[in-house]
Amino acid sequence: MSTLASGSAEGVAGRRGRAAVAWRRLSRNSLSLAALAAILLIIVLALAAPLVAPWDPDAPSAEDVLQAPGWHHWLGTDIYGRDQLSRIVWAARVDLLVALAATAMALTAGCVLGALAGYRGGLVDQAVMRAVDTIMAFPAFILAMGITAAAGNATANVVLAIAITHVPIYTRLIRSEMLRVREMEYAEAARTVGNPQRRIIFYHLLPNCFPPVIVQATLAMGFAILTVAALSFIGLGIQPPQSEWGAMTAEGASYIVSGEWWIFLFPGLAIMVTVLAFNLVGDTLRDLLDPRMRGVV
Amino acid sequence: MTPLLEIRGLDVEFATDEGVVSAVDGIDLGVGRGEVLGLVGESGSGKSVTALAVFRLIRPPGRIVRGTIRFEGRDLLLLPEDEMRRVRGAQISMVFQSPRTALNPLLPVGRQIARLYALHQGCAPAEARRRTLEMLGLVGIPEPERRARQYAHQLSGGTCQRVMIAMALATSPRLLIADEPTTGLDVSIAAQILDLLRDLGPRTGASIVLITHDLAVVAGLCDRVAVMHAGQLVECADVRTLFREPAHPYTRALVRSIPRVDREATMEPVPGAVPSLLAAPPGCRYAERCPEVLDTCRRTRPAPIALGPRHEVACHAVEAARAAAPRR
Repeated sequence: MSTLASGSAEGVAGRRGRAAVAWRRLSRNSLSLAALAAILLIIVLALAAPLVAPWDPDAPSAEDVLQAPGWHHWLGTDIYGRDQLSRIVWAARVDLLVALAATAMALTAGCVLGALAGYRGGLVDQAVMRAVDTIMAFPAFILAMGITAAAGNATANVVLAIAITHVPIYTRLIRSEMLRVREMEYAEAARTVGNPQRRIIFYHLLPNCFPPVIVQATLAMGFAILTVAALSFIGLGIQPPQSEWGAMTAEGASYIVSGEWWIFLFPGLAIMVTVLAFNLVGDTLRDLLDPRMRGVV
Repeated sequence: MTPLLEIRGLDVEFATDEGVVSAVDGIDLGVGRGEVLGLVGESGSGKSVTALAVFRLIRPPGRIVRGTIRFEGRDLLLLPEDEMRRVRGAQISMVFQSPRTALNPLLPVGRQIARLYALHQGCAPAEARRRTLEMLGLVGIPEPERRARQYAHQLSGGTCQRVMIAMALATSPRLLIADEPTTGLDVSIAAQILDLLRDLGPRTGASIVLITHDLAVVAGLCDRVAVMHAGQLVECADVRTLFREPAHPYTRALVRSIPRVDREATMEPVPGAVPSLLAAPPGCRYAERCPEVLDTCRRTRPAPIALGPRHEVACHAVEAARAAAPRR
């Protein structure tokens, strides 16, 4: 009895210990800590946009046109006299939401397709993977451009376009994880107790495929934000007057020569900081979840 | 009375790049009601494959080529898949070799057991939970409420194996197949687990097939023993007969390989290694390792002959010796 009790006590300590180790490694790395803080800050700003933004983001003002950053307009105004700071804060909502929705859609589709392909093998695997190969044959951005250009650039189509270009990443990743997990003894155990195949795949095995997928999804979030901005920059993404970082950068680009640098610089910085932050957090997560790093304290 | 499980002429093959591997070759095996049968052999002798074949869970590239597996009078190999699924877990269940990896790492152990009551007995969550705690208590786990909420990595190996056994017996199966249930455990915990199986088998009325390479475990637990070598069944006898009068040269070698401290006899390992099952020769697969090999051994496969009421052996040499001295 005592051996059983002490064994479990070790188990609990081990679990807490792992969380502690993860936190210690994270806090030692001030760069990833800053990145995490940046993401949280951007999310809070986006959620609290109506409270935080000092001005109405879409209200033009004839007397405030093209003001340099100053006391009234911290980040200046654009050619319609709209406050840049307010627009950047409101744009965070759009960019994050589109990226998040696209990632969620791609992740869901990738999980279903990858799990089926990996577990079933054979014809299902062939069909899914060849379809995925077809998508991957196109450069991702060109494909996203094509989809928004063909389907019309409503926000929903932007989400769909980015989701479609991201599906192959998740499908291949989940499939390879599933190939590993389906041979585990707990998979065999789930089969011997008579679970239906659907339940074995999606309830017992899929969650065990998740650790590398979480890393990939974090990295892909950054890439999705970049794609939204890029599509909007060339006019195929989010449409004006809706404020969006890429579209704002595009508007500002034509004023660089005439000296109004703040119009493109600040939305550009917003894109850069956000994407960088997601990439840094993704890299840190990869290190933390890497099985080879688990034993290392 | 018909046996609970009756395997006849079972062949299982695996298609590999080098050719077809015959993992199980024409096995005949019966398990009586309430009986504890030991299935013994070296690694790679086809014990686990035989067990999975009973569940009809041989996955590609493996397949069951021919044979019948009658369970409670029905041929499992002919059942539609959804009926077979109702047999798995409900009437036949399995205990695995490494209990920690056989439990899903992301689900609390209690939930994994409760699931079985919902799946096979249509229990509501509260009822399933109540029965789960009862079952965990039955297999000797203290504080079942707390344990049920924990995950496999928080439990010791012995506790994990108790959970596995609780899971296997949860739905009162008629047959429990335990595949090396004590191999991953240290000796004292292994003894507790074996006691548990010995105790719970008769109590729940389940027959047990105990797969092991450890003859000491067999001696302590089983009524009858079947010895496998390279996918073939070489001898089957009740446990006393097998240890006192092993007939097949391989069984004799196995019995001699048990370490003894009470006698001067030195431990002798079985000579040679399990032969490749790739394009296996037509005769007895033990022929290349056998000290008593005859010419016929390499050409034809020995048919099982009865040496006693519950003693069968498949060996040309034994047959020849009996023909020479029929009185013995």
